[in-house]
Amino acid sequence: MALVNIKIEGKDYQVDSSLTVLEACRKCGYVIPSLCSWNKGECSLASCRVCLVEVKGARGLVASCAYPVNEGMEISISSQKAMEARRTSVELLLSNHQKNCLQCDKEGHCELLKVAELVGARDGKYIGAVTETTIDELAPGLKRNTAKCILCGRCVEACKKAQGIGILGFENRGFSTIVSPAENRSFANSPCMQCGQCVLVCPTGALTEQNDIPKVDEALKAGKKVVCQVAPAVRAAIAEEFGERIGTNGTKKMIAALRRLGFYRVFDVNFGADLTIMEEANELLERINHKGVLPQITSCSPGWINYMEYYYSDLIPNVSTCKSPHQMQGAITKTYFAEKHGLDPKDIFVVSVMPCTAKKYERTRADQGHDGLDDVDAVLTTREIAKMIKRAGIMWNRLPEDEDWDQDLLGQYSGAGVIFGVTGGVMEAALRTAYFALTGKEHELIKFEQVRGLESVKEAAIDINGTVIKVAVASGMREAKKLLDEIRAGKSEYAFIEIMGCPGGCINGGGQPYVKPLLLPNEDDDIRETYRAKRAAVLYNEDERQQIRQSHNNPDIQKLYADFLGKPLSEKAEELLHTSYVNNRDRFPRKK
Amino acid sequence: MAKLQPQAAKQIAEIVERYRNEETPLMMILEAIQEEYGYIPLEVQELVGSLLNIPVAEIYGVVTFYSFFSLTPKGKYVIGVCLGTACYVKGSQLVMDKFSELLNIKPGQTTEDGLFTLDALRCIGACGIAPAISINGKVYPKVEVGNVANIIKEYKDLEGIA
Amino acid sequence: MCRIADEKELQELIVKYSDKLARKFAGNDGKKHLVVCGGTGCLSSNSHEILVKLQELIKEKGLEDKAEVNVVGCFGFCSQGPFVKIFPEDRLYRMVKVSDAERIVEEDIIGGKCINDLLYEDPATHEKVERQDDINFYKKQKRIALHGCSMINPEMLEEALGYGAFKGLTRALHMSQQEVVTEVLNSGIRGRGGAGFPTGRKWQFALDQKNDTKYVVCNGDEGDPGAFMDRSILEGNPIGVIEGMMIAGYAIGAQNGYFYVRAEYPIAVKRLRLAIKQLEEAGLLGDNILGTGFSFRCHVRLGAGAFVCGEETALLNSIEGKRGMPRPRPPFPAVKGLWGKPTIINNVETLANIPYILREGASEYAKIGTEKSKGTKVFALGGKVNNVGLVEVPMGTTLRELVFDIGGGIPHNKRFKAIQTGGPSGGCLTEKDLDVEIDFDSLVARGSMMGSGGAIVMDEDNCMVDVAKFYMEFICDESCGKCSPCRIGTKRMLEILKKITDGKGSLQDLQDLKELANATKTNSLCALGQTAANPITSTMNNFENEYIAHVVDKKCPAHVCKNLMEYKILPDKCVGCGLCARNCPVQCISKTDQPTARNPKMFIHKIDASKCVKCGLCMSNCRFGAIIKQ
Repeated sequence: MALVNIKIEGKDYQVDSSLTVLEACRKCGYVIPSLCSWNKGECSLASCRVCLVEVKGARGLVASCAYPVNEGMEISISSQKAMEARRTSVELLLSNHQKNCLQCDKEGHCELLKVAELVGARDGKYIGAVTETTIDELAPGLKRNTAKCILCGRCVEACKKAQGIGILGFENRGFSTIVSPAENRSFANSPCMQCGQCVLVCPTGALTEQNDIPKVDEALKAGKKVVCQVAPAVRAAIAEEFGERIGTNGTKKMIAALRRLGFYRVFDVNFGADLTIMEEANELLERINHKGVLPQITSCSPGWINYMEYYYSDLIPNVSTCKSPHQMQGAITKTYFAEKHGLDPKDIFVVSVMPCTAKKYERTRADQGHDGLDDVDAVLTTREIAKMIKRAGIMWNRLPEDEDWDQDLLGQYSGAGVIFGVTGGVMEAALRTAYFALTGKEHELIKFEQVRGLESVKEAAIDINGTVIKVAVASGMREAKKLLDEIRAGKSEYAFIEIMGCPGGCINGGGQPYVKPLLLPNEDDDIRETYRAKRAAVLYNEDERQQIRQSHNNPDIQKLYADFLGKPLSEKAEELLHTSYVNNRDRFPRKK
Repeated sequence: MAKLQPQAAKQIAEIVERYRNEETPLMMILEAIQEEYGYIPLEVQELVGSLLNIPVAEIYGVVTFYSFFSLTPKGKYVIGVCLGTACYVKGSQLVMDKFSELLNIKPGQTTEDGLFTLDALRCIGACGIAPAISINGKVYPKVEVGNVANIIKEYKDLEGIA
Repeated sequence: MCRIADEKELQELIVKYSDKLARKFAGNDGKKHLVVCGGTGCLSSNSHEILVKLQELIKEKGLEDKAEVNVVGCFGFCSQGPFVKIFPEDRLYRMVKVSDAERIVEEDIIGGKCINDLLYEDPATHEKVERQDDINFYKKQKRIALHGCSMINPEMLEEALGYGAFKGLTRALHMSQQEVVTEVLNSGIRGRGGAGFPTGRKWQFALDQKNDTKYVVCNGDEGDPGAFMDRSILEGNPIGVIEGMMIAGYAIGAQNGYFYVRAEYPIAVKRLRLAIKQLEEAGLLGDNILGTGFSFRCHVRLGAGAFVCGEETALLNSIEGKRGMPRPRPPFPAVKGLWGKPTIINNVETLANIPYILREGASEYAKIGTEKSKGTKVFALGGKVNNVGLVEVPMGTTLRELVFDIGGGIPHNKRFKAIQTGGPSGGCLTEKDLDVEIDFDSLVARGSMMGSGGAIVMDEDNCMVDVAKFYMEFICDESCGKCSPCRIGTKRMLEILKKITDGKGSLQDLQDLKELANATKTNSLCALGQTAANPITSTMNNFENEYIAHVVDKKCPAHVCKNLMEYKILPDKCVGCGLCARNCPVQCISKTDQPTARNPKMFIHKIDASKCVKCGLCMSNCRFGAIIKQ
């Protein structure tokens, strides 16, 4: 790593020669306002012109996000010329931006607003026509409002990088340019998996999740028994919404907060995860023992399921028929739980708190319900539940840490369920149970280290009673595609594959708190590189703290099977806990 | 959206094959399709995208970036009125307005009978003979407002339309 | 042509065809040679039909051994086309019609007489001029880039070889790569496409890159409205440009060259492709050219209608199948260009100069031009000037020579007001600049630029605010949309200009316009954005009074802006013929009850200003000059 000597505002610094001016300045303690720039240039580079600085000897001003440092460079961020230029760039952007900040779902997380403050933009300095606006609210998971878009291109790159499908692209030219799915269609009418990776990187309110808080409010107001169930990955990130450092475990405070919001029961979806493992592991054994279609592929990521139906529906026979954990738990809540408590399932309203935007879509799928009732009635993201907590006046840092999940039929869970939230977790949990089912013994090493880690594709071979089972794990469709193409070509040597829609799994889901360096001055400079590992560690630590670490050892699960379902894959289990998929889903259905 | 007819899909695939060995042939392929069919609808873009492994949104972005590409079918006769400087200062806007009036379409639109499309062109380099128009590539020099009706008639006559 | 194995064979062919061509021009082969212009302008006026007709007539009349007809490239003087030129007399017939072919054969070829009414008439002296070189338009020209245009058949390799082709390349192949780059450096040539960056330095950067794969790209995405020299060069002598590209390829160590030509130039593309094919067949393109070990291939890619692709990094993106959006620099293309490899991008006209530099030597080239701008420049002279067309003049020629000597002055005795050089990225120059010697630096010093060489003359009837609006409309349409200052800034400037020309502007708007112009210049990503406001800045600097008249007095001094002017019938000149009323598209002209001065039975007409759409038809129809703008 070569070092170069540079001057910023006349002060001497030494920085790595591979850095851009923007990165170097941040290292040296200067924040240059920027919008389009994103991690390692995953954006439409140098397009927003908000990060202009003066570099001695350069022709004109320099876009610091794209300009490399070099020996002897003299940088001025605070020269009048540069400050005025940055301000004008922002003011021009604002003149083509819908400025109804109070109605904006990115409120509090808007980088444009932050940058406007940093450069001292004057409101209404330039006024004129705005680009023709498209507001897309058709898809259950995602919303798009082009009037708020500043064309930074981060979402375009995020979609390509995470999923390799590139749903979003630039369209038209000049002042008419927008970012949209092909033909400016709705997400609902494009082969979009609604994973929400685009929402995570969008600096403004142009891309957001659908807001489902009103639905929950409505149910509470109507006096329904609102059962709240929380996905594992939420606890790994929710504290960030309240200003805590990334990697803080928020489980206990979150439970206390949810209880104060008036929910009838507060459950952990880990129970559902354990249930999923029971079904999925047995489905796998069934396939192995009866020469069924292999490899079996997990089905708990609704983003992946969407993608599969659009692009790989020939692999439907490989995909586990298990519903995802929260859908299973919803179904059990409205049957087993209702029955045991003598409740009318119609009076129960199940709210899932998820790290995910695609779950909002999954909830609405045709066979995700029973007896005319949906398994789950509303899905809130981690960000939305945080809004509800803030709205209720709850001060996060004063919440008690001694409250626990409701222990009421669906209360216990194993460590296996916790790690569902990170890529490789489902595989690990399933292997623990499959191993037991095949050998009658617990695996001595509870951790299957080979499938841990955040690499995009991982593989492992597990020796079970002399039979070697090869498994693979992938997250993000761009990487998963490699495994899928192998299966398609008949060359896959795996028995079991775990696929998660978002890179890194649910801890990096599209519904998780935003990780925007500009808005996180107390995080490290490399936070975009490290946040996933920090969140994953929260879940692995929680797993290790659990007494019960295998799904089949969860007493509430054992009771559920004994009292209600019979055994895994029983008729009742099939009816409530399994689903089917759409063959050859139309990628571009007629516009609604 | 109508699915692509097998025959058309085969022809598109042939065009793609023709240029497959060129480096980054997307523009060449789109140009050939535009030339051949007069437009590049979404389903064709999707096919090209899947053959070249390029996201359809990216292709759509390319198609909508360049004015040479069209998403909708063009008329049998594409009338391009040059609005480059030299033509503009010699009154090509008036010529454009006259075509627009007589054909009852705005620039960029196609007549209902599918016969004429009216386009505004940037300089076609025919400045010496301004104002110039081009119909299906044939350049008409020094067009005056008074000629417009006759030019339209010339093509209607060709089609046997009174 | 069969394959040329080595340099000796090539030299023999060059001698053979040079001799043939020289005899043709001199008439030593016992034949008359007729050449017909095959440029876009003349073709649109049926020059091809003229050519065919002439050929038919010669055959019909059994004159095959006395006369021969051929097509040649653009004469440049497009407003006077189609042209038929006759060797050895060097006699130029202009505005020829198909029906004139018979006369040309009968009276000239057979009768040996010059047909006077087909000759050019000097607008000042009204004298007929027979020889091309005696026409003022051609007198001060020096043809280097346009070498061969209007002289040789652009579709015949033989004629190109007979007219100097490949002499430059063969000399280069005897030199080292560095020597060729040095030769180009020493010639002082600067890029003809825009900013005038020294071509040799560009080549040096690329030569210095260590990489097995490099590219030469020829920028033929000529987009400045009013400029068409690149098209004419490619149409008139494609082989010259290819030779320039090959020399560049040899110099920097590239094996492949890409032409990026506008799809709107079908003839240029066709001739270029034909030339490449002929050269491949002759072994002058491909592997191991002339047995020297130098291998080079040419490829043609078409632009698809985006002005911004004239910007070199946008052009590269376009070749790479992407939206033509510019890339940030550094890295510069010479380091990381096409497909990430070292690439030089030279404009058509630049490459067309290269064979001359190698053929005649750098010092010969450097004798032409000014101290810092060497060689010639092709201008596309247009707008309000008598002689419209392409002219190639040495750097340092004055604007006055360009407009008044070559251009023949302003039509209808109107007053010269300004000349816009450099297209939409340039600026306007006025009366006070007429005696400036034109070169890259003198134009920049006066707030304009060379650009690609568009030169649009404006007279007293042009409103400079309207001109600025026209260019801003163009830029706004052609902005790629990537960077915010250009995408939004040009839109805001256009909005303000529209407000001003609509009579709704204020002095504050002028202030905002200045600020925005400055911000677009400093903040934009690429040269298109950085120069987008030039037309505003230069018209504001030179014609501030006109802007003030629009916003303060609510008047358009040139009577162009429709909301700030009206048509009026002069009662004392109106004869009451009613022609204006009959032609008015909105029936806003009516008879008054006032009889005209000439005839008590005819009545003076009047325009109802509230209904008038200001189309100007009444004024152009009135034969008595009774309708005026004010």
